[in-house]
Amino acid sequence: MTEDMVLPAQHNPVTVGEPLLEVSGLTKYFPVKGGFPIRRTIGHVQAVDGIDLTVRVGESFGLVGESGCGKSTTGRLITRLLEPTNGSISYRGQDISHASRRELAPVRSEIQMIFQDPYSSLNPRQTVGKIISGPMEINGIEPDGGREKRVRELLEIVGLNPEHYNRFPHEFSGGQRQRIGVARALALEPKLIVADEPVSALDVSIQAQVVNLLQEVQRELGIAFLFIAHDLAVVRHFSQRVAVMYLGKIIEVGDREAIYTRPRHPYTHALLSAVPEVSLTDDGDSAGRERIRLAGDVPSPISPPSGCRFRTRCWKAQDKCATEEPPLVQISGNHAGHLTACHFPEDPTTEARDEDIVLDPALAALEEEG
Amino acid sequence: MTTLTKDAGTPAPADAGAFLSVRDLHVSFKTEDGVVRAVDGLSFDVERGKTLGIVGESGSGKSVTNLTILGLHNPQFTTVEGEILLDGQELITARESELEKVRGNKAAMIFQDPLTALSPYYTVGRQIAEPFMKHRGASKRAAWDRAVEMLAKVGIPNPKERAKDYPHQFSGGMRQRAMIAMALVCDPDLLIADEPTTALDVTVQAQILDLLKDLQQEFGSGIIFITHDLGVIADMADDIMVMYAGSAVERGTTNEVLRAPQHPYTWGLLNSMPRLDSDLGMPLNPIPGAPPSLLTPPSGCRFHPRCTFQDRVGGTRCVTERPLLAPDRASACHLTADQKRTIFLEEIKPRLA
Repeated sequence: MTEDMVLPAQHNPVTVGEPLLEVSGLTKYFPVKGGFPIRRTIGHVQAVDGIDLTVRVGESFGLVGESGCGKSTTGRLITRLLEPTNGSISYRGQDISHASRRELAPVRSEIQMIFQDPYSSLNPRQTVGKIISGPMEINGIEPDGGREKRVRELLEIVGLNPEHYNRFPHEFSGGQRQRIGVARALALEPKLIVADEPVSALDVSIQAQVVNLLQEVQRELGIAFLFIAHDLAVVRHFSQRVAVMYLGKIIEVGDREAIYTRPRHPYTHALLSAVPEVSLTDDGDSAGRERIRLAGDVPSPISPPSGCRFRTRCWKAQDKCATEEPPLVQISGNHAGHLTACHFPEDPTTEARDEDIVLDPALAALEEEG
Repeated sequence: MTTLTKDAGTPAPADAGAFLSVRDLHVSFKTEDGVVRAVDGLSFDVERGKTLGIVGESGSGKSVTNLTILGLHNPQFTTVEGEILLDGQELITARESELEKVRGNKAAMIFQDPLTALSPYYTVGRQIAEPFMKHRGASKRAAWDRAVEMLAKVGIPNPKERAKDYPHQFSGGMRQRAMIAMALVCDPDLLIADEPTTALDVTVQAQILDLLKDLQQEFGSGIIFITHDLGVIADMADDIMVMYAGSAVERGTTNEVLRAPQHPYTWGLLNSMPRLDSDLGMPLNPIPGAPPSLLTPPSGCRFHPRCTFQDRVGGTRCVTERPLLAPDRASACHLTADQKRTIFLEEIKPRLA
């Protein structure tokens, strides 16, 4: 499909490994309005609460977490679709956290976004050609040979037929639409792409096509990715470094190997153990993985628990967890770059335990009987 | 899976064989663009206490099949042919009043999105109590107590108070628990779960799946579990049926289908899905192309335009002749049994490990 893709040369190559985007203390509170007759702010949804992360040139950084953990808000803050409440975002050394529209314009062409829903993120009244050339038009870019030639090139890169230049989005399937979204993101030769759940709206057989396309784009064009997703297996496949978010905070971050095979935070353990997997060995059950079943749902981000935010669902929580917020640091036993925010970390293994951890009361009761 | 000889009319004994059997089901919809053949010749059985997993992508007909079982389709635009026997009762020709006695009583359904499936106007307790009053003739009081009991069973904390809440006061996971309570309130023999955990987070999904498994042991219902996630099906089902473009392409026990799959589409699904322990160096192996339109389905084998093993069959058989699905463990493909075994062992399995 994209095997013989035409790849444009990078204009100003930067060394892989140096920080491209640095975020520190990033915070976003959304006001909650209420009251009668005068509506006033009665609280805040603490969507993102002081996160630090660094995306390096050419790397893919994965952000995982459950719904409501603030991963999408983080993506929108970084692309500056939302104004941060606090903290700083710096792109290649330039602080863009509160930059004006005019200051942002040159940066925006280097940071692009791929959205989740390929149906609502393409204008149904524009042709594919118009959609993909839109970013060039806005930024006044006139590539060699004209915009139309460039759009046809981009269509070929993402594995679509260049002849489809004049078609409308409704003539394409979900997977093809997502390819159009990728082509649009590539139009300005960005350095960083924020991909917010780019495959979760697609069918299983199509997901793999789009993941492969993104991976090719990332490797061949050296574009850094902030890959936001809830599917742990897809993130593992795509990202070299991974951060796990819970209720607006990063609770663990490290390279792929560390997060998936030597996790320390109880929540990371719970998350990994909850992924349903097809076991290919012949001994039936999911081959020696630990089993952890949490109780209840994620608490409301309007009034998150004090101290460690995971403590209300954690089996290791003690008094200290309620009073003192654990810092995100390299705890003893972790390799360099593997940071965990926990007072009482777990052993770095995902092997089955002697006894399953079942916190759900109904489940525990039923299993007791049986 | 057991296959039954047809014996319409006489109810099967309670403990023997299939409780639900669907035979040669065809469902088509009249639309402005033409006739959509959503389900095209489907047969399967479900036993009491067992779980049948139906896997397929969107548009494979898996949901339509199950809406048809409960008669939830719009009869004005739908043509249904074939036979659906629930405990010996023919459902396709049944009158609406008879279906009403089945729905929520003998057969119940859990929908994907609990927020749209629950009524926002009534309290959760009342919604759970209603089928119990209707089908069991219980008093308001008794039904309410039963609703509270069911909420406790599915793990809603403080059920007495929470029964008085409205659905919007529940979180996503709790709403799905309330739906399960509602489905199980009359102790149904058949439970249809249509992607019950797709809208939920992974840690909540794990809770709900385990809860369903444990409740099944207690209630002994047969479950039809519909999903697109092979991981979930591996966890839940005793038997698996893989659907593609309106018909079943492979079926067998969970072990057979996942460990020794025979159909190129099943191979494709297994191959295209990243796992937590898969090899990172290699790109994923997607199935080329996209699912076909059911307005103009492909000739012969529905999967042939996307199949990479067509040349092994030789000739034009895949394009002209539709492969049939034999009863029991089977796959609808023209490859010979030997070919299927060797291709899986030599070409597919190494890529999975």
